[in-house]
Amino acid sequence: MAEERSGARALLEVLQQEGVELVFGYPGGAVLPLYDELGRSSIRHVLVRQEQAAVHAASGYARVSGKTGVCFATSGPGATNLVTGIATAYMDSVPVVAFTGQVPTTMVGSDAFQETDITGITLPITKHNYLVNDVKDLPRIAKEAFYIASTGRPGPVLVDIPRDVALTPCQEAVPQEVELRGYKPTYQGHPGQIRALAQLLAEAKRPLIFVGGGVVASGAEELLRQLAEKIQIPVATSLTGLGAFPEDHPLSLGLIGLHGKPYANFAVKECDLLLGLGVRFDERVTGALQQFAPQAKIAHLDIDPAEIGKNVRVDLPLVGDLNCIIKELLPLLKPYDAAPWLARIKALRSSYPLIASPGGELQTPWVIERLGEMTRGRAIITTDVGQHQMFAALFYGYTEPRTFISSCGLGTMGYGLPAAIGAALARPDKQVWLVTGEGSLQMHMAELATAREQGLAIKILLFNNNCLGMVRQLQHDYYQGRYTAVKFSGNPDFVRLAECYGAAALRISKPEEVVPALAEAMQNDRLTLIECLVSEEEMVNTMAPPGEVIR
Amino acid sequence: MKRTLSVLVENRPGVLTRVAGLFSRRGYNIDSLAVGRTETPSLSRMTIVVDGDERIIEQVCKQLHKLIDVIKLSDITDEPHVDRELVLIKVNAEPAVRGEIMQIVDIFRARIVDIARNSLIIEATGDAGKIDAIENSLRPFGIREVVRTGKIAMLRGSKE
Ligand SMILES: Cc1ncc(C[n+]2csc(CCOP(=O)(O)OP(=O)(O)O)c2C)c(N)n1
Repeated sequence: MAEERSGARALLEVLQQEGVELVFGYPGGAVLPLYDELGRSSIRHVLVRQEQAAVHAASGYARVSGKTGVCFATSGPGATNLVTGIATAYMDSVPVVAFTGQVPTTMVGSDAFQETDITGITLPITKHNYLVNDVKDLPRIAKEAFYIASTGRPGPVLVDIPRDVALTPCQEAVPQEVELRGYKPTYQGHPGQIRALAQLLAEAKRPLIFVGGGVVASGAEELLRQLAEKIQIPVATSLTGLGAFPEDHPLSLGLIGLHGKPYANFAVKECDLLLGLGVRFDERVTGALQQFAPQAKIAHLDIDPAEIGKNVRVDLPLVGDLNCIIKELLPLLKPYDAAPWLARIKALRSSYPLIASPGGELQTPWVIERLGEMTRGRAIITTDVGQHQMFAALFYGYTEPRTFISSCGLGTMGYGLPAAIGAALARPDKQVWLVTGEGSLQMHMAELATAREQGLAIKILLFNNNCLGMVRQLQHDYYQGRYTAVKFSGNPDFVRLAECYGAAALRISKPEEVVPALAEAMQNDRLTLIECLVSEEEMVNTMAPPGEVIR
Repeated sequence: MKRTLSVLVENRPGVLTRVAGLFSRRGYNIDSLAVGRTETPSLSRMTIVVDGDERIIEQVCKQLHKLIDVIKLSDITDEPHVDRELVLIKVNAEPAVRGEIMQIVDIFRARIVDIARNSLIIEATGDAGKIDAIENSLRPFGIREVVRTGKIAMLRGSKE
């Protein structure tokens, strides 16, 4: 007798149809029907060491490849372990689809073994989620999940599949098209608004483009370059926007905001038209709202209408896909007299430079600058969260989109290593560097084994200041130096630890060791860790206390 | 400023949670929310009364729109529409005051739907103003319990 096609088999058909090549996950009882089918398919599975790492890896994979990342987890603790990863993806608008096993439908709601209401739990941190009650809905729901995750403003979608649903025969074919009457993203910008924007640009004397993750997500970086070059508008970015505009470009200002580049922040203060592209004017960027870009009219272009007017008052809202909008805008542009503004920016740049000095002892910014030079700004950099993250954002010099991979919106320590695994699997042709701190690395250290198992030659640049540097800095600045719970006194020997995981490892503590160490790591084809011993006294440049005016 | 939103949603489990969760999560003030099936079984309509300034209302609408299960949303406050609320009021009613209460019931075209030894249950429909008025008129007698449905609303038919 021929085997009947189960719900699980139907789901795998959807994955195949969606072009999924790779799934990150961790099995358990309730999700076994899916794993059984996955094992019989041609899709590769990457077994992580904890479910949170599966979402982070799927997220890193998605951000680097532009495809949707996929992860599997079991019910109960497996599903709840996903939560931080899903929230991380949600805050950075990353397309990820998570499939979780659930207890059988007959037991849902009974507090059964390993039952949690994961759709309830993830309601506020997913773009959408589903509990599949009936196998006949499964192919449609799975298809919708990919569609919702990857279109409009991308985001994570979770599909919770009870075990019996996955095992029940499924007659329904996989639909070719998705039809959702409540979900119709706007792609074309309003022609009148586009003309109005061209007019604003024509009247501006000191325009500035502020670029966020939306430019990367929509792949509009080439059109952005044309827009900036055509009439010579300087370009600043948010954290998620890093790489959308090459930092070695004369019009590039780099990062703005709380930890941004001083001259870039001054340029924002002085501009008279700020053109926000795919940004959400996060508090980390704007500081106190009334003092943000105080002289400027603000035009805000985004595919998510709810972002417009949410944080800052906008003079010109424009909803749509950035590609569509910029394409329409380009032919309408009239040159303005850019010379005075560009001269002013040049002056700001030399008055408030950002310099990494080699110093006497090893300093993080200087190491990162060397890394940027030696990889010519072309490696993929994933980071964790803390001072090292800000240094990596400020001193590397990104020249390509999808090369700065970091938890920007949620600030999730532990993101970097699993994200590097996803990144390395997405781009085997690229070098992937993880810039991390000893605090963050220890959150998902076990994923070193996953990296090794997958044969990934990830390079880890570990800045060991033996403390939770960013928190220590906050206590230094705002708690009169009363340091509480920020110092480690029993950390492992990270070099030996890395070696236990089969990595090459070395430790450096002097500036002259940096270039040889980086060169060695770049040459070998192994998982490699370079531990840099740095001072706990290092401080990240901060423009303002939280919530206050950025100066 | 109170606004009345008429929201067409998928008739699916979880939709109410999504909408209600949105309001609490983002700190919007919800005055009332009524929901029920429509003439099309796959659709439900929610009538939501929210309180907030123009910016907040705009955000509420945009965030509601973002929910995949929300199909159509309109702010009907300034459109010609009919709105109604239903209230059940259990009021103290010693035999001596029953006549007076029945007069009030008549004036408001309400109805007495249950009689006990010392209390009555009164049913009334109307717009929020009328419901408030009847509640106020009955208060001196001692209101024991009030149950209100929240507002439901419908646009009037077009003129021609
Ligand atoms: C999961 C999580 N817990 C706590 C924090 C708060 N936090 C932000 S930065 C930081 C310190 C990070 O230390 P480390 O990774 O060593 O980096 P450093 O700042 O020293 O470069 C902490 C604890 C966080 N962002 N994420």
